[in-house]
Amino acid sequence: MLTYTIRRLFLSLPTLLFISLVIFLLLQLAPGDPMAQVPLTVPPEVKERMREALGLGEPVHVQYWKWLVQFFWVEPQVIIDNWFGTSFSEGKLRVLSWQTRSPVMDIVVQRMPQTLWVVGMSYIVGILIALPIGIYSAYRQYSLFDQAGTFVSMIGFSIPPFFSGVLVIVIFSVNLGWFPSIYDTTHVVTDWASFKVQLQQMVMPVMVLALQTTAQISRFMRASMLDNLNQDYVRTARAKGLKESVVVMVHVLRNSMIPIITVIALGIPAIFGGAIITETLFKVNGIGQLLLTALFANDLPMVMTLTFIFAILIVLFNLIADVLYGVLDPRIRYD
Amino acid sequence: MTDQNAEIETFGALKDKEPQKEPRSQWRDVWDQFRKHKGALIGGGFLLFITLFVLIGPLVWQVDPKALDIRNKDLRPVYTLLWDSQANVLWSRPFGTDNLGRDIMATLIAGGQASLAVGWAAMILSLVIGTMVGVTAGYFKRLDGILMRITDLFLSLPILPLLLVAVTLFRQPLRATFGPEGGMFILIVGIIGITSWMPTARIVRGEILALKEREFVLAARSIGTTPFLIIRRHLLPNVISPIMVSATLGLATAIITESALSFLGVGFPSDFPTWGKLLSDAVPRMEEFPERVMLPGILISLTVLSVNYLGDGLRDALDPRIRGR
Amino acid sequence: MKIRTLLMGAVAATAFAPAAFAERGSDGQLNIIYWQAPSTMNPFLSGGTKEIEAASLVLESLARFNDSGEIVPWLAEDIPTIENGGVAEDLTSITWTLKEGLVWSDGSAVTADDLIFTHEYCTHPEGGCAQASYFDGVASVEAVGDRGVRINFESPKPFPYTAFVGAESPILQKAQFQECLGTRAPECTTANFGPIGTGPFVVDEFRPNDVITFIANENYRDPAKPAFATVTFKGGGDAAAAARSVLETGEFDYAWNLQLAPDVLSRMEAAGKGTVVAAYGTSVERLHLNQTNADPALGPDQRSVYMDGENAHPFLTDPKVGQALSMAIDRALIDEIGYGAGGQPTCNVLPAPELYASTANDGCLVQDIEGANALLDEAGWVDSNGNGVRDKDGIELSVLFQTSTNAVRQDTQALIKDWWSQIGVETELRNVDASVFFGGDPGSPDTFQKFYADIEMYTNNFAGVDPEAYMANWLCADIPSPENQWQGNNIQRFCRAEYDALVEQMSTTADLEQRGELAKQMNDMIMQSYSIIPLIHRGNPSAHINTLGGVKMSDWDSELWNIADWYRIDN
Repeated sequence: MLTYTIRRLFLSLPTLLFISLVIFLLLQLAPGDPMAQVPLTVPPEVKERMREALGLGEPVHVQYWKWLVQFFWVEPQVIIDNWFGTSFSEGKLRVLSWQTRSPVMDIVVQRMPQTLWVVGMSYIVGILIALPIGIYSAYRQYSLFDQAGTFVSMIGFSIPPFFSGVLVIVIFSVNLGWFPSIYDTTHVVTDWASFKVQLQQMVMPVMVLALQTTAQISRFMRASMLDNLNQDYVRTARAKGLKESVVVMVHVLRNSMIPIITVIALGIPAIFGGAIITETLFKVNGIGQLLLTALFANDLPMVMTLTFIFAILIVLFNLIADVLYGVLDPRIRYD
Repeated sequence: MTDQNAEIETFGALKDKEPQKEPRSQWRDVWDQFRKHKGALIGGGFLLFITLFVLIGPLVWQVDPKALDIRNKDLRPVYTLLWDSQANVLWSRPFGTDNLGRDIMATLIAGGQASLAVGWAAMILSLVIGTMVGVTAGYFKRLDGILMRITDLFLSLPILPLLLVAVTLFRQPLRATFGPEGGMFILIVGIIGITSWMPTARIVRGEILALKEREFVLAARSIGTTPFLIIRRHLLPNVISPIMVSATLGLATAIITESALSFLGVGFPSDFPTWGKLLSDAVPRMEEFPERVMLPGILISLTVLSVNYLGDGLRDALDPRIRGR
Repeated sequence: MKIRTLLMGAVAATAFAPAAFAERGSDGQLNIIYWQAPSTMNPFLSGGTKEIEAASLVLESLARFNDSGEIVPWLAEDIPTIENGGVAEDLTSITWTLKEGLVWSDGSAVTADDLIFTHEYCTHPEGGCAQASYFDGVASVEAVGDRGVRINFESPKPFPYTAFVGAESPILQKAQFQECLGTRAPECTTANFGPIGTGPFVVDEFRPNDVITFIANENYRDPAKPAFATVTFKGGGDAAAAARSVLETGEFDYAWNLQLAPDVLSRMEAAGKGTVVAAYGTSVERLHLNQTNADPALGPDQRSVYMDGENAHPFLTDPKVGQALSMAIDRALIDEIGYGAGGQPTCNVLPAPELYASTANDGCLVQDIEGANALLDEAGWVDSNGNGVRDKDGIELSVLFQTSTNAVRQDTQALIKDWWSQIGVETELRNVDASVFFGGDPGSPDTFQKFYADIEMYTNNFAGVDPEAYMANWLCADIPSPENQWQGNNIQRFCRAEYDALVEQMSTTADLEQRGELAKQMNDMIMQSYSIIPLIHRGNPSAHINTLGGVKMSDWDSELWNIADWYRIDN
């Protein structure tokens, strides 16, 4: 298992490098201009000088090499410096955003909490709702509850967040006035009252996102439970007189959770990627919103770094899911 | 009755060599199973209805969706008369008009054409790519490794961000070559297709790997059938059911993705209606004219819902292990 | 608008007099929402309006422009003029005097060194300073005595109020920025995100593209101001959500740049929580009529290239055609549908300030389809082949009309196409993505400078109050062409010797009245050539909650120029 993991890790390095090259070339082909948002009153000569200051004039391979060095060599040093108080990275140029002219990673670190709070919480809420629904639907297959559960999860699949998000804003924020329509990213939880405020502003985005997670996970849970409920070992367990609750909640559930855990692991990169649409709708200025504004402003270093971080996370969690599968299911052997 | 029965019985005994019942074709079985799934039946029916609505609609409802009519702007749908007899409605504009007097019925039809066309085209594209990659990887052992690595690579690309990148980046060159609508159509279909073929490829490859070792393939190969013919005659028909199921999923995803892109303002040009665009344009006025948000929103949701139910039914119907249970 | 401001001022002066004399920070928290969030606090590193306005809470300049476009002293004691000796007789230098006892928010004194340094910072060849044009023609900056600063110009400058005037060229603290010259400018993240200034507020926390929190400046020169102790400057979302948060839910006090459909904005305002205010600067939405031939059949060195009388447009150089096109347009309807509080119909490309605004062309405000038809008949443009399009000598009145992609612009395009079809002009519409249209890439055929179309529509304006540089846009020498990589401001390729002479004359005239006359003459000359058809004088609509007092919208400077005077109205 360990050798398998190590081999996979090594194999993923060239994959990641290749991905970074693909993303970089894609961005290079772009016809956009980071100066397009500068007002017309700024003369063209000045714009030209601003472009040069961004390093736009250099050849493509030089720009790519610079980015590689900055991302794989300088940024880790910065992390080490931050942890141990050393000064390896002093004076070295980091990946700078064209919009803010400041290190991309600093902004990412700043945005992370918002995204994790809202998107991460919605993921947890979604899973917590989905598991019981999936279990019970499978146990009582084709019952009214199962039909209703199927319908709800179908709805979750079918209503896009830009529709459900808009709906809840109009109903709960504008008409009823229960929740704020704009998420306050500076809000700090210090006591019970401020915690309540935080809860209030999180309810709508979390529920909109959780609907989708619930739909997906409950379907998987149901299918996985159904597979196991018809197995021989279940009959054996019942035959030897175990209580029904023990049969379902211990024997069947434990085996059904194996694929579900990998599905959950595979969904985690998406949390870090943020939810572009939901974040925009509720003004949760997280990673998704950061990517969107960077795209519209043609801020290539920011877009490049963000998409690449997502790629790393996807590769990493694919690996984790595979390894978990092997660890949890003794029938699976990686050689 | 009894006479007839007796007659059949005597004749039946004579024609003993013929099968008693006509052989049931596989598709007949599928249909019977499919019919039992109420949701799938309703879903399929609704999808058919929506497709006819946007295809035949313009012939019946001959109002130009782009025609401005400033004097009749901001009309409400006629059904608002039910609770508000003072509502500003016109019977010739059953769903009302928008803020520039464009007929909402006509824009919904036009928007549906665009959304469904994108959905179908993207789905077919991703199916074609996915099936080709899956079959090639499954059948030709030498290509398996490299093709599956490429599939993994595509699976590890962050899709929505890349989609946004590609759309914002390549919009202009394509629009210049194929015109604003044509260029955008090619771009969106292409991008959705290219980024969503991987699951199909994996499923198809798995099926082909198993089928390839079966006796009928061996038999075909032993009489010198070319690989191309084996794939076409013997393998493809056998993987049709997983392909159809992933087709329905693909259609639903494509429709939602197109709407999301339009909603973020990177989809079709601003004067070209699609359901997603109609929805996002109507958001600022949704308290006053909720129907302008609700109608396209409901159409998107219902279409996707019906496609999903259709897929659910197809999965059950096409799976021989479930069928007949 | 003006009357309302005056009234509010009067009310504030009487009923709420105590508020004006309140203690610093007594009104608590102020919430501002900018739906496009600022990405830096250093206006020299970003040309964007949002960054300049956010920075104007902290960074200040010697003089600013008030809501009617007049220059008012800010960090300077008074405005130097020739009369008071501040401006040299030969117009080659200007001497400012700093207010007494000025300190930065960290307590250190503001000196001439800081101004000298700011000039050095922005004119550094490798710095890519976005506001470099404000220092154009500045030869040197030097200290004169304790508080004096003299700016020397390379040549006589009749309008010397550019460097260190207005929100675009504020003063940086030397001590904070001296390590950040040239290529090192972007590395000073802490300084760029939290510049030390003299303004009423100090940056507490800056999160790029998200939110900024400010606290009142302890060392602000007026001990009673600002009335607010803290400011939250939130970004993100869209214009509609920002407007809703002020006008409907009241979560925020002030929202910026609410470019929304008029019916949407007025309905939100009807909720009664807030007020929409608009400031009119110099932005004009206009049509440019290509004076050169944009025929796609022509090669790249001839298409839309000005060739001194040759290669002229087949019909758009005829003022009668332009006039008919202008007469057919109902500007009031365009305003009603697309702009509302954010615009008013105009007939001038130079609509403001008042001193420079001509009234000679106001006839265009009324739509006159019949008149336009008669005019074209008279000029010999008739539909001779019965295809519904007027023609003369085998040339059809058929135009390609392009603009950037934007909902309001496409609505306007559709309306104009409809009106022109009523006078027998055939129009093909085209829209180009804004980042390409305004991107200025010489390789792209779709930029507004290249103008590969007959007519195009966009908005332009000038910063500050002096139109000299703006009117110089239409010099013959400023026509975009392949030789200058299509960089030039004379977009419609207008070239008249008499116009060039007027520009020349203005550059040597210092007297304001005379400058006004000259500007009007130039405006009228362009208007009567009908190479530009102005449509809408665009304002910047913002909204503030009804309990926020002291807001004086200005488009001549940062909208938040007088934020130190804002206060909370108690009710």
